[in-house]
Amino acid sequence: MGEWIEACGSDDVEEEDVIRFDHAGRVFAIYRSPDDEYFATDGLCTHEHVSLADGLVMDEIIECPKHNGRFNYKTGEAKGAPVCVNLRTYRVKVEGGAVFVEV
Amino acid sequence: MTIAATSRDYSLIGRDSALAVANGLAAAEWYHTDVERKAMKALMQRSDGPAIRDTAIWIGAMVVFAGLGIWFWGSWIAVPFFLAYGVLYGSGGDSRWHECGHGTAFKTRWMNDVVYQIACFMMMRNPVTWRWSHARHHTDTIIVGRDPEISVMRPPDLLRVVLSFVGVLDVWHGLTDMVRNAAGVVSAEEKTFIPEMEQAKVVRVARIWAAIYAVTIVVAIAMGSWLPLVIVGGPRLYGAWHHVLTGLLQHGGLADNVTDHRLNSRSVLMNPVSRFIYWNMNYHVEHHMFPMVPYHALPKLHELIKHDLPAANSSMWDAYREMVPAFLRQLRNEDYFLKRELPATAKPYREELHGDAAAAE
Repeated sequence: MGEWIEACGSDDVEEEDVIRFDHAGRVFAIYRSPDDEYFATDGLCTHEHVSLADGLVMDEIIECPKHNGRFNYKTGEAKGAPVCVNLRTYRVKVEGGAVFVEV
Repeated sequence: MTIAATSRDYSLIGRDSALAVANGLAAAEWYHTDVERKAMKALMQRSDGPAIRDTAIWIGAMVVFAGLGIWFWGSWIAVPFFLAYGVLYGSGGDSRWHECGHGTAFKTRWMNDVVYQIACFMMMRNPVTWRWSHARHHTDTIIVGRDPEISVMRPPDLLRVVLSFVGVLDVWHGLTDMVRNAAGVVSAEEKTFIPEMEQAKVVRVARIWAAIYAVTIVVAIAMGSWLPLVIVGGPRLYGAWHHVLTGLLQHGGLADNVTDHRLNSRSVLMNPVSRFIYWNMNYHVEHHMFPMVPYHALPKLHELIKHDLPAANSSMWDAYREMVPAFLRQLRNEDYFLKRELPATAKPYREELHGDAAAAE
């Protein structure tokens, strides 16, 4: 079991969008899906370590802002070149208007 | 002041490649103009509409021009139709390769992929190799020894530049690379930017293309006519001039080994026909800074950030008037480059990694 860390307020992320969360020298990306669910992944693209929080969320896809590499942010699956390595995902819960990530 | 010229090693496995890594120029963090997230999100939004419209016009025009060319084959009347067809094929294919490679032209993924494959074939660019080489071009734009897509190296080889207008060298390299890849050989340089798991795809595509070109040649021989090759493959030669005319301006005569696209890329205002063929890549600083923004939103992005960029050249003529003399000066001093003035509203250039002693005043 990991430690639950408060990442942001639930209203800090717009629907179908992503924000960056830094914790203990690590970078995470916190997503809010179009159907109002929250997800978390590592925050840097597995291709060239660019912050995914500057990218574009489309349905369940996050697209990297540098080379347009695409991941399914719910599963972390890399969806094709130029990304080949999956993103690590983290469990998320929302309590009292805050989003917590298990790191 | 006398400036000693330095010799650049553009090999991806050579001295300057190692130097770029050692100097922190490889996979570096680049300067970006500040844009509010809400505005950028709106600009990044995908849409199928503009690309479907433009692709229908592009393919429809090619069919019409090729049809008229075939109809009038054997007469001089066919020439202008094939010239128009050739530009759409050998130059329009370049921008479609580019935009669909980024995956930004269409919202629907398979549409990007289909147009990407067609455009790659037209441009004789292996779709796997060139997807990865272009990713590297965006990571390490005009970093010597890292960027595989530097079209004019220093000192400029002007004969090579002139030949590129008729596609001679591109076609030679495209075909020899295809034959080499079809034989199962992926070069050491290609291996520096294509992951091992993707290399088998390079070979598979090359074999399919080699078969298509072989069939085209057999048909031409059987017909006793050049017509099949004027339609397939040939336009990469006689229709390449427009993509070279516009593409040389992207980075020509500007800085290398910097981490600020305002120093190494150029935006140029162009006529609507060229912008259609080029799919708005005349807004090249904007594209490199924010590659997620689709071609059809680049004019809006330009308006949003132009306060932070050097003024766009007013025309291709204006841009060539600054670029050609820069090429000529680089023949004598390859360290020379153009450094455009920023507006008063812009943040200073990020040039801490760049020795700018040879920059234009």
